[in-house]
Amino acid sequence: MKKIALALAAVAGLAATGAQAQNYPSRPITMIVPFAAGGPTDVVARIVSDHMSRTLGQQIVIENVAGAGGTTGITRAAQSQPDGYTIMMGHMGTHGAAPALYPNLKYDPTKDFAPIGLAAGTPIVIVAKKDFPATDLKGFLEYLKTNGEKVNMAHAGVGSVSHSTGIFFNSVVKAKPTMVAYRGTGPALNDLMANTVDFMTDQIVNVAPQIQGGNIKAFAIATPERSPVLPNVPTTKEAGLEGYEVSAWNAVFAPKGTPADVVKKLNDALVKSLDDENTRKRLSDLGGVIPTAAERTPESLQKLVESEVARWTPVLKAAGATAE
Amino acid sequence: MGDLLSNLSLGFGVALSLQNLFLAFLGCLVGTLIGVLPGVGPIATIAMLLPITFGFDPTGALIMLAGIYYGAQYGGSTTAILVNIPGEATSVVTALDGHEMARQGRAGVALGIAAIGSFFAGTVATLVIAALGAPLTKLALIFGPTEYFSLMVMGLVFAVVLARGSILKAIAMILVGVLLSTVGLDLETGEERMTFGLPFLSDGIDFAVLAMGIFGIAEIMRNLDHTEHRDVVRQAIGRLLPNKEDFKQSYKPVMRGTLIGAILGILPGNGAVLGPFASYTLEKKIAKDPRRFGRGAIEGVAGPESANNAGAQTSFIPLLTLGIPPNAVMALMVGAMTIHGIIPGPQVMTKNPTLFWGMIASMWVGNLMLLVINLPMIGLWVRLLKVPYRLLFPAILMFCCIGIYSINSLPTDVMFIALFGLVGYTLIKFGFEPAPMLLGFVLGKLMEENLRRALILSRGSLETFIERPVSAGLLAVAALLLIVALLPSIRKGRDEVFTE
Repeated sequence: MKKIALALAAVAGLAATGAQAQNYPSRPITMIVPFAAGGPTDVVARIVSDHMSRTLGQQIVIENVAGAGGTTGITRAAQSQPDGYTIMMGHMGTHGAAPALYPNLKYDPTKDFAPIGLAAGTPIVIVAKKDFPATDLKGFLEYLKTNGEKVNMAHAGVGSVSHSTGIFFNSVVKAKPTMVAYRGTGPALNDLMANTVDFMTDQIVNVAPQIQGGNIKAFAIATPERSPVLPNVPTTKEAGLEGYEVSAWNAVFAPKGTPADVVKKLNDALVKSLDDENTRKRLSDLGGVIPTAAERTPESLQKLVESEVARWTPVLKAAGATAE
Repeated sequence: MGDLLSNLSLGFGVALSLQNLFLAFLGCLVGTLIGVLPGVGPIATIAMLLPITFGFDPTGALIMLAGIYYGAQYGGSTTAILVNIPGEATSVVTALDGHEMARQGRAGVALGIAAIGSFFAGTVATLVIAALGAPLTKLALIFGPTEYFSLMVMGLVFAVVLARGSILKAIAMILVGVLLSTVGLDLETGEERMTFGLPFLSDGIDFAVLAMGIFGIAEIMRNLDHTEHRDVVRQAIGRLLPNKEDFKQSYKPVMRGTLIGAILGILPGNGAVLGPFASYTLEKKIAKDPRRFGRGAIEGVAGPESANNAGAQTSFIPLLTLGIPPNAVMALMVGAMTIHGIIPGPQVMTKNPTLFWGMIASMWVGNLMLLVINLPMIGLWVRLLKVPYRLLFPAILMFCCIGIYSINSLPTDVMFIALFGLVGYTLIKFGFEPAPMLLGFVLGKLMEENLRRALILSRGSLETFIERPVSAGLLAVAALLLIVALLPSIRKGRDEVFTE
């Protein structure tokens, strides 16, 4: 009798979870964005989730949990119920550079998540002040070599995209500029426009308007192809620099243990959103690169995270950069 | 000039459309409401309302969001005056004399002059943005780290001058504030400072948490301490409109405040926070009887409130002309623009003239609406506070908790306001003023970062602060101010010692 009851309970339980996954989503989904509202990651999350909500038939609510280079929000999301009702928008920093920057990190980007899919790539652009003596990347690299520490490089704080990609740039071209830290991209750009600092590397969405407005100059974009937003800016390869291709990608993750069919539903919604004309237009207007069909699968995202952690860890460790 | 007129008429054409009028009204109303509720700030509200604006066209959406922002500035003063909780760094000063006026039964007059001063400042600031927005952008670029450091030094001198009572206690509080601002990750090296290994301290202490704790929660505790003595609620509300005498005392501070606020608002890195402090200090310095300040002087409300509103509006200049946000709310506006497919930057003015001029015109429309909403509502706000305190304070406490949680969604923030509340209460009991501490906290961070930035750029040479003319000028003003301030204060301090 007891056994039957147990078996019944087990079946009932299975049926319940099965039904849950089948009915998923039956209530609003929370997407944790680990940065302040209005930043590049937040904007990508809101654009992509808008169409995803319509596919899923439930509203995706954005919750901004900012702090510690995005790791506060990701830690919380990683520890939440793996039922598909809490997902997150991770990025190059939280799922690539963080293990090197934060030795006490409470999650492992390669193990503690159920990847959903890549949402957008945001190319990195090498920009300099308007009065910079060089006119192209070659001249710029030569100037960096001869002037060494005399050159001032701005970044938006330890752990930011501009900081990680900047350190990577310095290691690739073997330059040793003086690093000047700012709290956020805004003040750094302000001083770049005022000719107070010399150069920086940052996401296209932040710098494109100032390049188009002629307030700063761009030497190269660190992607395999030119961006339609900045058609006149050569790629790093075209400009003669090998080995510097970086992107501040954004991707959707769920906590580890999220049921496979839920992951599939979320991935379908993401793929549909990325095929939507409106989503594509809004992302490309920002200079975002929309991932190809092959890049949108959970498997390729898992590979990307593994390769990114492997790429950033030695570079950042060598530069002695930690955020703790 | 002709250009300006045609641009403005284009702008008003956009702003006065039925839809945009409605959105401006909605924004102002929501803004006023959240400004009045302690704790719920414009940042959290704009972030929450962002998805709702997806359905509107970009101009309408931005008009509404901007309305929330300056509406909150209006509403924030209401809470500062009536409940002594400054919701924003800019309304800290308003609480000093405004709340004192409320205690004396002049709450209506304080709210009235705040609204009228703000309207005047808003009108002037709108004109400034329209006429001088583009050329003034250069001002933001003159201010590099060196100049900014000197400006912050001047700000701290203001803080000393601002203090009432013992100057020694004031300086001690400023230093505590500066120390608190150093908690968290070091910007240059990424090392943790004074965090005791606690993860929630790694980003430092949030301004809103500190302000709400040491002002809001501490004030509630103090009120519960001796209800019968302080209940604003039992006081007569008094007249709502200021009389002729009040106007005579206020019109000059309003004009000076507008000028100071408008200039400081343009500066990058939240220069606007200095506006109200600078205005208050100036009024106190040139007043015939400075002792009235802190005891309910109407000039101490009129000047800072005008400066506050003027700065709130001119801080749109770097955003609209450069696309660079000078503070957190403006950063959110950048996000709102990009989500609506408008990339903020120097080209917005030429590419989207209807958006640019429509928004500027809507600022004036919004200010007019705020005046219309607020003057008749003063009676309502005051009546709201007639609710017995035993019923009111749990509501205020709850709003503080919800508000602080809504900013970062961190439970530790809620616990921290309780802790800072206790700290604030203890300080008040020992006769320390919390306002200088808050100012030291706000300025300390900016000062340290810019000092280090300036020294890195000058490769360690301190001469950079004197070599650069703007920086040297600011330091000279600071030195002069300090001398003028210290002389009588030291004397007064001695007097106090003798009377004890």
